[in-house]
Amino acid sequence: MTDSMPTIHPAWLRLTHWLNVIAVVILVMSGWRIYNAAPFFDFKFASEITLGGWLGGAIQWHFAAMWLLAANGLIYLLLNAGTGRLWTKFFPLSPRAIVTDLRTALRGRLSHDDPQQYNSVQRLAYLFVMVDSVLLVLSGLVLWKSVQFPLLRELLGDYETARRVHFFAMAALVGFVAVHLAMVALLPRTLLTMIRGR
Amino acid sequence: MIRKSPKLAGVDAAAVIKEALQRIDVPSRRKFLQSSLTLGGLSLLTGCSLVEAGGIEKALMKISRFNDAAQAWLFDPSRLAPTYPESMITRPFPFNAYYGADKIRQVDADSYRLEVTGLVADKHAWTLDELRALPQTDQVTRHICVEGWSAIGKWGGVTFSSFLARIGADTSAKYVGFKCADDYYTSIDMPTALHPQTQLTLSYDGATLPPKYGFPMKLRMPTKLGYKNPKHIQAIFVTNTYPGGFWEDQGYNWFGGI
Repeated sequence: MTDSMPTIHPAWLRLTHWLNVIAVVILVMSGWRIYNAAPFFDFKFASEITLGGWLGGAIQWHFAAMWLLAANGLIYLLLNAGTGRLWTKFFPLSPRAIVTDLRTALRGRLSHDDPQQYNSVQRLAYLFVMVDSVLLVLSGLVLWKSVQFPLLRELLGDYETARRVHFFAMAALVGFVAVHLAMVALLPRTLLTMIRGR
Repeated sequence: MIRKSPKLAGVDAAAVIKEALQRIDVPSRRKFLQSSLTLGGLSLLTGCSLVEAGGIEKALMKISRFNDAAQAWLFDPSRLAPTYPESMITRPFPFNAYYGADKIRQVDADSYRLEVTGLVADKHAWTLDELRALPQTDQVTRHICVEGWSAIGKWGGVTFSSFLARIGADTSAKYVGFKCADDYYTSIDMPTALHPQTQLTLSYDGATLPPKYGFPMKLRMPTKLGYKNPKHIQAIFVTNTYPGGFWEDQGYNWFGGI
């Protein structure tokens, strides 16, 4: 019976999803330690939840995982656009539909009968995290090579602005992950779907 | 402790590590501490066994070497770092080193000689007056620290490429290395050494370079992170043998470009 169930997530999507999980966990945890070296807010991240042991170690992790995030993200976006999945799964998307679905969801009445379809709030959330990840990579490029990417640096203001952009984009990503994990906890079968595809 | 610019609140993790590293002189112990610290984060992430951690550290070092190559490829020898009006200079400009402000080295100007060795034609040692007699230029550029903070300063001195030409350096060599009066050492790639904004710095903000910024001379590169800019330089050598660096040997990326 299970065999007759249609594939919801193709193999390439599941693979890029889990590779992205590895990259994001490494980047966020090492990034927190890098932030701790010169915090621009009145707080630091607890050492226990950071990666790298010291600044040099954290940077090594960060500048290793950045290749995985960028390469994997690029493959995901290309396949997503190339297979047409981007347009069929995430569009159409209207503000009205988002508000309606959000209201329904908050009342706990959103239907999950058709796992093939994302509701409007999901569509918005997933598109948001795609754009946010692109912003993380671009602001990260400015932090890594502010002299070599002058156009990007100017677009983001300057080096110091790029630091803030990178930080807030990280915070937004972590916020997404928190909601995403809460949703998976509410509907555990979505985790199975992301592992076996259906 | 390391003095930071005023906007940076709280205790600085990198400064704490710096201090800890200073106290731990035995290399093997330092290595062990670093490994075990990294291991903590690692086991948190994957639950990997102790044995595998050495492999992970080696892999990370390999990726860091790959990142050196990527940066050398990205580096555009003619692309200039942005310059700023003097009104944007950060005051006071932060002092930063692997030691605290109480340990700043005092170098005697009269007995100072800059040694020049390696693949160069003219190996005579330079006095401070000789260096000051060379044509000088100014730059107001952004200094970016590996810790993340940045500050704008004004440095004056001799364009390094013209100095290398003057001493008849073999510019086809791979590295230029620096040894400093504060026991710091580092090395850079030749393309960066020849970059028009790479400067043998003798002054800061129009005055003689003060000890806290590296008297009598430092190397200023707005295309590299702060730890690549050595202070209190005593010897410069041109070589094809990888010279490493104080922080680089402990795991900071060698190229350190921005």
